[in-house]
Amino acid sequence: MVRYLILRASSLGLSLVAASVVIFALIEVVPGDPATYMMGLNATEENLAALRAELGLDAPMHLRYLDWVGGMLRGDFGMSYTYRVPVAELVLDRIWVSLPLAIYALTLSTLIAFPIGILAAARRGTITDHGIMGATQLGIAVPNFWFAMLLVLVFAVHLRWVSAGGFPGWSDPVAAITALTLPAVALALPQASILARVMRSALLDTLDRDYIRTARAKGLSRPQAIRRHALRNAMIPVLTIIGLQFSFLIAGAIIIENVFFLPGLGRLIFQGITQRDLIVVESVTMLLVFAVIMVTFLVDLAYALIDPRLRQR
Amino acid sequence: MTRTALVIGAVLSGVFLAAALISLVWVPHDITGVSIATRLQPASASHLLGTDHLGRDLASMLMVGARTSIAVAVVAVGIGIAIGVPLGLAAAANRGGWLDEIIMRANDLIFAFPSLVIAILITARYGPSATNAILAIGIFNIPVFARVARGGALPLWTLDYILAARTAGKGKLRISAEHILPNIANLLIVQATIQFSLGILAEAALSYVGLGAQPPTPSWGRMLAEAQTMIYTHPMLAVLPGLAIVGMVLGLNLMGDGLRDLLDPRLRRGVK
Repeated sequence: MVRYLILRASSLGLSLVAASVVIFALIEVVPGDPATYMMGLNATEENLAALRAELGLDAPMHLRYLDWVGGMLRGDFGMSYTYRVPVAELVLDRIWVSLPLAIYALTLSTLIAFPIGILAAARRGTITDHGIMGATQLGIAVPNFWFAMLLVLVFAVHLRWVSAGGFPGWSDPVAAITALTLPAVALALPQASILARVMRSALLDTLDRDYIRTARAKGLSRPQAIRRHALRNAMIPVLTIIGLQFSFLIAGAIIIENVFFLPGLGRLIFQGITQRDLIVVESVTMLLVFAVIMVTFLVDLAYALIDPRLRQR
Repeated sequence: MTRTALVIGAVLSGVFLAAALISLVWVPHDITGVSIATRLQPASASHLLGTDHLGRDLASMLMVGARTSIAVAVVAVGIGIAIGVPLGLAAAANRGGWLDEIIMRANDLIFAFPSLVIAILITARYGPSATNAILAIGIFNIPVFARVARGGALPLWTLDYILAARTAGKGKLRISAEHILPNIANLLIVQATIQFSLGILAEAALSYVGLGAQPPTPSWGRMLAEAQTMIYTHPMLAVLPGLAIVGMVLGLNLMGDGLRDLLDPRLRRGVK
């Protein structure tokens, strides 16, 4: 187990270093001076020189990279060029929208996917199974931002149950959760469709195994066999997908936050892009990638806990 | 069941493909001009699906938009195949070697990245355009095809006829091209269909946030973005481009599933 932990932790470190190098290279090393890009066409020579000095662009590449990474490790994400406040402050403000949204959506997606995936597997080949598979096929094809617009059309425009966007803040938790509901549903639907399909096929795989036949032979009913034996063994592929989905949820949230005008990290990135605030874009992207890689790591550790076989490798 | 999915999928995506091709030579109405007099018209005999806020015929916009979406996705898949497949084949031919190791580690890394985030980063830094959208989507197709090609090729290398080819003096390169590639073509075709549909979705998302094809080139994603402010008064403008995306993606997914079952006899037996 210790060996497994060390192996996994070193590969986590490697992924993080590689990710930071890629992001740094994309933003700062490529042709085109970041300062010129940020200033736009109307930049005067003095302004450009001042910005270059502020960004430390005169320093050699590898020092700038180490400076950036070192700063982030200390919680210093740089100073936003447009807002003139530390990026860390902006992130702290907005993470309380994005994180609850991602967790809300992941919870919804799991709550929807598990029962229908299990039902489809239990009723394999019946009209229920075909119906569920058809519905999930459609769910996968729907872009979440378009689904979000349809939700707005139905629940905000026609039924007037909720407002079409915006976020009231957490001082009123009920209002805050209400505001996050449509975005979370929009994010969850396509993910739930994928998850339900994985759940079904993972369960079908285990249902064919001998130990299920043994369980049935010793007198367990089919639902009992599914609950006690099949489900637990089907969880490995399902967990993988849940881990991967976190990455899709983060990317999806960037776009969904823009549909609903939610002041989260996704909107922060887009404001950074439109204002050419590369410092914000670079650091927030790194933070999101960090979150995704960490979740993948935690899912791997979760496997090792569930499945002792994986530890011995 | 498999056949039905394949046929429905092929017809559905075929319709959009045909619309895109026809739009090269003919569209119901010219969409380059702005005509305020005919703006936001409901469906009629001359404008089958009505017009948008600039008076452009919506049916024509959807046809030309199909061309943009399909072109971006096809080229992105092409990039993935052109670079990913040779890499995967090389990794399989030199199993366990340094090349194999590097390719597979790089693969793991790219899979851990939220691809859309990086695509957004690329298009944001280099300026939004259809070309940058293609590159951003295409880069993430490379590891997918490398992995599929390697996975398909590895078991083949242990087979007798490959051994025969080796004893006949053929090099790894020739064997990969002449014997391995034709035998993994099925896998690649199925994967290409899936990546094609993911590419359509990714292009739509990038265009929707303004990082894909730029005006005046119509694309389904941008039509949705433009319709968003008019969703209260003219909901159909937001509904129709979305339906087009769903139709195309659903068609490709059904076709991919159908092809996979059809091309893999083991699965076909399993279904029955």
